[in-house]
Amino acid sequence: MAVIAGRPKRGALLPVGLTRLTESRAGSLAFYVVRRVLWMIPVVFFVIVITFVLMHSAQGSPWDKAGGRQLSDVVIRNLNEKYGLNKPVFEQFFLYIWNVLHFDFGLSYQYQGKTVVELIGGGWPYTATIGVLAFLLIVPVGVGLGILAALRQNTRVDYATMGFATFAASFPNFVIGALMVVFFSVLMYKWTGGDFFLPAGGWGVDDHLIMPAVTLALLPIAYTARLTRASTLETIRQDYIRTAWAKGLPERLVVIRHVLKNSLIPVVTTLGPTFAFLVTGSVIVETVFTIPGIGRAFVVAVTSRDYPMILGTTVLFSVVIAVANLVVDVLYVFIDPRVRLS
Amino acid sequence: MLLQVEDLHTQFFTSRGVVRAVDGVTFHVDAGETLGVVGESGCGKTITALSILRLIPDPGRITSGRILFRGRDVTKMTDEEIRDFRGNDVAMIFQDPMTSLNPVTRIGSQIEEAMTAHERFTETVARPRVIELLKRVRVPAAESRVKDYPHQFSGGMRQRAMIAMGLSNEPDLLIADEPTTALDVTVQAEIIQLMKQLNRELGAAMMLITHNMALVASLCQRIIVMYAGRIVEEGPVEQIFNSPQHPYTWSLLRSVPRVDEARKDRLVSIRGMPPDLTQPPPGCKFHPRCPFVIDKCRVDPEPRLEEVAAGQVARCWVLMRNAREESVEAAKQSALSREAAEKLKEAPAAEVGGG
Amino acid sequence: MAVATVEQAVRDWEVAEEQVGLWQDAWVRFRRNRLAVFGAGLVLFLIVVAVASPLLVNLGILKNPFTQHVDSIQTAPGVNGFALGTDILGRDTLSRLMIGSAVSLTVGLLVQGIIFPIGLTIGLTAGYFGGRVDNLLMRFTDIWYAFPDLLFVLVVVSVWHLDGPWFIQLIPIFGAIALVNWVNLARLVRGQVLSIKEKEYIEAARSSGSTPVKLILKHLLPNSLGPIIVTLTFGIPQAIFLEAVLSFLGVGIRPPQPTWGQMVYDGYEAIYANPTAVVFPALAIGFTLLSFTFIGDGLRDALDPRMRR
Repeated sequence: MAVIAGRPKRGALLPVGLTRLTESRAGSLAFYVVRRVLWMIPVVFFVIVITFVLMHSAQGSPWDKAGGRQLSDVVIRNLNEKYGLNKPVFEQFFLYIWNVLHFDFGLSYQYQGKTVVELIGGGWPYTATIGVLAFLLIVPVGVGLGILAALRQNTRVDYATMGFATFAASFPNFVIGALMVVFFSVLMYKWTGGDFFLPAGGWGVDDHLIMPAVTLALLPIAYTARLTRASTLETIRQDYIRTAWAKGLPERLVVIRHVLKNSLIPVVTTLGPTFAFLVTGSVIVETVFTIPGIGRAFVVAVTSRDYPMILGTTVLFSVVIAVANLVVDVLYVFIDPRVRLS
Repeated sequence: MLLQVEDLHTQFFTSRGVVRAVDGVTFHVDAGETLGVVGESGCGKTITALSILRLIPDPGRITSGRILFRGRDVTKMTDEEIRDFRGNDVAMIFQDPMTSLNPVTRIGSQIEEAMTAHERFTETVARPRVIELLKRVRVPAAESRVKDYPHQFSGGMRQRAMIAMGLSNEPDLLIADEPTTALDVTVQAEIIQLMKQLNRELGAAMMLITHNMALVASLCQRIIVMYAGRIVEEGPVEQIFNSPQHPYTWSLLRSVPRVDEARKDRLVSIRGMPPDLTQPPPGCKFHPRCPFVIDKCRVDPEPRLEEVAAGQVARCWVLMRNAREESVEAAKQSALSREAAEKLKEAPAAEVGGG
Repeated sequence: MAVATVEQAVRDWEVAEEQVGLWQDAWVRFRRNRLAVFGAGLVLFLIVVAVASPLLVNLGILKNPFTQHVDSIQTAPGVNGFALGTDILGRDTLSRLMIGSAVSLTVGLLVQGIIFPIGLTIGLTAGYFGGRVDNLLMRFTDIWYAFPDLLFVLVVVSVWHLDGPWFIQLIPIFGAIALVNWVNLARLVRGQVLSIKEKEYIEAARSSGSTPVKLILKHLLPNSLGPIIVTLTFGIPQAIFLEAVLSFLGVGIRPPQPTWGQMVYDGYEAIYANPTAVVFPALAIGFTLLSFTFIGDGLRDALDPRMRR
């Protein structure tokens, strides 16, 4: 089948089915996905190693309660034994990896008797809800504002939206969160005599969700809007837009099928980092609004030196971000036909 | 007359000043004829074409003049009317097919939407017609190529696809802006052949914008020569090539190197640079670069287009026929300058190659 | 050989000429950008405040930020002579704000001093050696990139802290922030080195036996100084932000040294009773970040070679 003079064909050594697979775009896509998934492994491993090393290079043992009552030596020895901390570091490491592969992230130091998995599982729905809400805000609002600003370039609408975007992008999450609480919870309560205000914290599937989601979404909205605007302005100047007009297409088609289809491509590539931002942002937002999610659990774990918890959440976050990046990259291949998967 | 452009002025209002890109242009195109528009880069030929379709980009505007297509004034059309007009009555194909095609949409879709946008073809009819059109412009394996993206086509094939797109609605006038400039030389010849053939088959009128004189000689019946936003000469192709009257036309034709001529030391080019259109030179706009310039050219207002032969007009105080008939001794009393007369002694006469 | 050196000398001279013109152009353009000028003005003001405030406290003009006035707890601005009110322990908000600016500015500006050598070295190495070294280093940066920055900083800070005055406490924080932020600079430098490597005079130098290293460095600096400065400038608000977040979460610099993040945290506890205690430090952080962002934008536009002339 592959006998030609000179170099054998690319698929010469593979059975017939796989040959066709490598040459089709669908086939290359599958290989690409597999390669990326495999690449995730060293990344996550690296994260685990670094975190593990950091944990074990800390001064003092995890049982030193800063400013609290010191535990007796006997208790400490028992705890060390229980958590396997008296074993050599390497052994601890391999034990940990082994457990992770079985989805066992160990027991929390802080909350006696609860496994890390349990605690994460408990916090997961809260974090995910806010995250999804924020995401649902970011895409339409961010992209929408960007397009609006681009189509009305140099008008007041443009300056207003971009000015807003710059402001929102510069004020950190917790600042915005705190300011929002001041305004919407404290001041509005005072001004409307308790009638209309937003709750400053806690959980409920109602207006409790508004401020956390908006706070989390604000910076990505700003960033997305700016990028969308820049990309759209760049696209409008292209020759093929002139061709589209010259064909007599109505404005609607020109904007949607020619301008947006091209200008939104770079925006999609930023969805990965946006997602990562939502993850790290959840740490802050959950603290400000006292939401019992994973982000807050992470902060608590850090301050109380709950190492298994720290390790577990860090690994989880890294995996989630890596998966999100993978999904975005695959999506990108679908929307831009020029991309080659070599 | 199919298309009549009357005293068209198109200007760009930039921060550096007002650029008079098209500065009073009048010409016409008859049904079925091919008009060549030649001139160097920046002379306004592309802007003239874009004005006909009202596709002038910001900060440009058509400031005065009329563009009559079948008697209707394009400059006064409503948005809906012009949308119907574009791609349908008059179609344009652009210079660089790589950047002129949407990179993320299939070629077939792009051609199809040109047809369905004007409601002349339904989708079911348009789709097979796209394949037919691609075959007509001689794109190989048209049935499978229809689903390709522009980056999967070669340069020549992309240009063919653009031609197919332009012809899809059977326009009465096709404007081709430098259709071969962005292509390899070998491919250029193919495209020229294709256009000749299509021209014969379809009988559409064509406005061919180019600086490639061979192309003009090959395809056009009449040509207009533009310089600095104005027409400086106009006439039937053979006449212009045989006896150009405006020094600029003469220089253009001279600057094309010919294989069968004796080798010269240098390529002949027109000295100087194209004028700054925000501050054009006084008098005749070509005078700073003209080899036959006399004082009148600098001092008097710009000459008008005068008939210099049957069907041929030119805008010049001197004219080539006057320049050629004077001898060097009589140069002082005549309209010629001394340096130009010296030059004329060495220069061979301009000729047309082949036909 | 002589031709090569003459050409090289001409090119050197041209490069120098270009650069002088570039900086002058850039300064003019920067000045025209009102936002950037505003940002620069605000930053200068902050620097003055940071430097002058300890003096002012000593002179008695500014109230002592550590003194707790038990009789004026959580007062609103203007009450009892406290210009911006007091916090939950009765400390003057205004002076705490001004003293605290020193921390934020120190973090922002000095961290770049750590990032610069790290990023420069790695970028240079990757670009200069190319091939497998480059590949390896780029993979390394990719992996490093995968670690979410805030999480890394939090983890590092939780395990490594030094006791002592605030600038000692800052050291691990510096380290953590720098470790998280060097990637951008490294990538930039690498890109610049790669493009310089491709230029002909490097080839010429190599064939004539001299080491291209010096040549690369000589041409790297003028060409890339602009983008490097812009990158470092954009790193400043990031660093200030991270420090503020750490303080806000309670793992940053410990009291009694005031930092803005800490002030937001403290004020947040009593937000219903005394909202201004939160608002002022929050706005301070926000506007400082905004100013640096404006400056960064202004620098980037001013130094953009495409916009010359």
